[in-house]
Amino acid sequence: MSELNGLYALWYREFKVFLRERSRIVSSLVQPLMWLVIFGTGLGASIELGGAASGLDYQQFIFPGILCMTVLFGSLFFGLYIIMDKRVDFLKEVLVAPLTRTTIFFGKVLGGGTDGIVQITMLVILGAAFFGIHFTLYSIVMTYVIISLLLVSITSLGLAIGAVMSSPEGFGLISSFVIFPLFFLSGALFPVSNLPSWLYVFVSLNPVSYAVDALRTVILGIGSFGLGTDLLVLVGFAIIMVLIGTEAFKRMQI
Amino acid sequence: MALIETHNLTKRFEKLTAVRKLNLKINEGEIFGLLGPNGAGKTTTLSMLATLIPPTDGWAKVNGFDVAKQASQVRHSIGFVFQDPSSDDLLTGRENLYLHALMYGVDMRDINKKMDEVLKLVDLTERQHERMKKYSGGMRRRLELARGLLHEPKILFLDEPTLGLDPQTREHLWKYIKKLSTEKKVTIIITTHYMEEADMLCDRVAIIDHGKVVALDTPSDLKKRLGGDVVNLKVRNPNVVAVRKLRYVKNIKVADGFVTLTVNDAGRHLQEIFKKIGNVESVESRSPTLNDVFLHYTGSEIRESGEEGGHFERMMHSGNR
Repeated sequence: MSELNGLYALWYREFKVFLRERSRIVSSLVQPLMWLVIFGTGLGASIELGGAASGLDYQQFIFPGILCMTVLFGSLFFGLYIIMDKRVDFLKEVLVAPLTRTTIFFGKVLGGGTDGIVQITMLVILGAAFFGIHFTLYSIVMTYVIISLLLVSITSLGLAIGAVMSSPEGFGLISSFVIFPLFFLSGALFPVSNLPSWLYVFVSLNPVSYAVDALRTVILGIGSFGLGTDLLVLVGFAIIMVLIGTEAFKRMQI
Repeated sequence: MALIETHNLTKRFEKLTAVRKLNLKINEGEIFGLLGPNGAGKTTTLSMLATLIPPTDGWAKVNGFDVAKQASQVRHSIGFVFQDPSSDDLLTGRENLYLHALMYGVDMRDINKKMDEVLKLVDLTERQHERMKKYSGGMRRRLELARGLLHEPKILFLDEPTLGLDPQTREHLWKYIKKLSTEKKVTIIITTHYMEEADMLCDRVAIIDHGKVVALDTPSDLKKRLGGDVVNLKVRNPNVVAVRKLRYVKNIKVADGFVTLTVNDAGRHLQEIFKKIGNVESVESRSPTLNDVFLHYTGSEIRESGEEGGHFERMMHSGNR
């Protein structure tokens, strides 16, 4: 019972702080909107999508990828707050509490995941209102399932990095080595069907590609890997990341 | 009954032994001070007792539980007020208390009542709904004191509770700490390097240097141990040899034309000292302070370690990466 209360406490803190830092919410939306509006319109004006995607706007085509990007950037940086807590004694206050490290970790994942769900919900509404994305009950539910799996994975990864690093600069360096490859190699911005084989190898090794593919399948009805494969890979990715994150938390020294 | 007991408690970091073979017994209900110069091992000792870092050697029992093997039980028995800020600035005082209550397993039905109670104890009832950002350093400390008590621990650790606060706020805070001890009957372990603070608050103090206890007693007995009053004389060409023969004089120090003596029952013997020592230009006689005791045991050289241990440990950790 007290572990559950602790879980709730950690979530409560993260979510309250998220709601109070308005700038964080706004800035989390600026980047995806720039990609959709400027990049999407700009590049969309001079390219025509072929194959299964023909007939779709480029903006619509990258919409699922932009959702994944929002998760990537938002959730990985969530790990940075651990480092901020380390700089003062807030983390000690949490670690000296009679809670297991596993509980503390899951509290953080829940907190970060909730932040992500709020951001994604805003983008889904904007997508339906301004970017011509048609959602059905099925596609909405599936979108949240897929996004949740990705959120858990990426938040765990960010927390694991945060647990072993002690400076924000170091965190920034490591995470940009993680974020950009994961994003550019995910097929968020291009179809994966006509890629040269060397690039296709990298894309298919990137777990985020399967989230993009799954979202494209449920939202736009086009996909390459098959939804079953996508979900399998995403579940596996989430489990591995959670295990790594839990272990990193257990070893975290203060 | 000893509520805290350590036996040869030792903590080694890579190159440095921060705490070596520490043996302590702290009794229920007392305010116990750990004094020591910067980097003496105070914070490390506290961190081990609070199960934040494991001992390298020896053992410690807190409320009867072993810190290495029964960490969870130990954590239920203790409250900790950290040296650095440990509350969330974006949350209100009350919200920070609420978080703590949940994490420490306070019964849901009692949470509101207990929060009201501790807020009243530290006079923060009126400011409880303000975000901590707006709190002054003293208010923040008070809230963190209150928070440490929320789950009714038997033992409260205070790590440099008044570091960086102005004198008025410090005295104010001492009042609260005394109040906690008498009203809540909680055993308090406090680290500090402010001697007046220790003198004012503590029932017993241990002076720690280089990771070892060099003296342990009540403040008044420690002062008595120095063997009398401190007498400061300004004398040109003092006859130190003659004074040294007097059996009631101890600890003679000569520096810059001043002679400092510890004299047993100074009032009675001052005349005789004047006669022997030479031409006295001025005299000052006072009872010893804990500061004199501290300098006596730890020497008076300046320590180069800069900040307090916590900072040092943090550097150790970044070095470990």
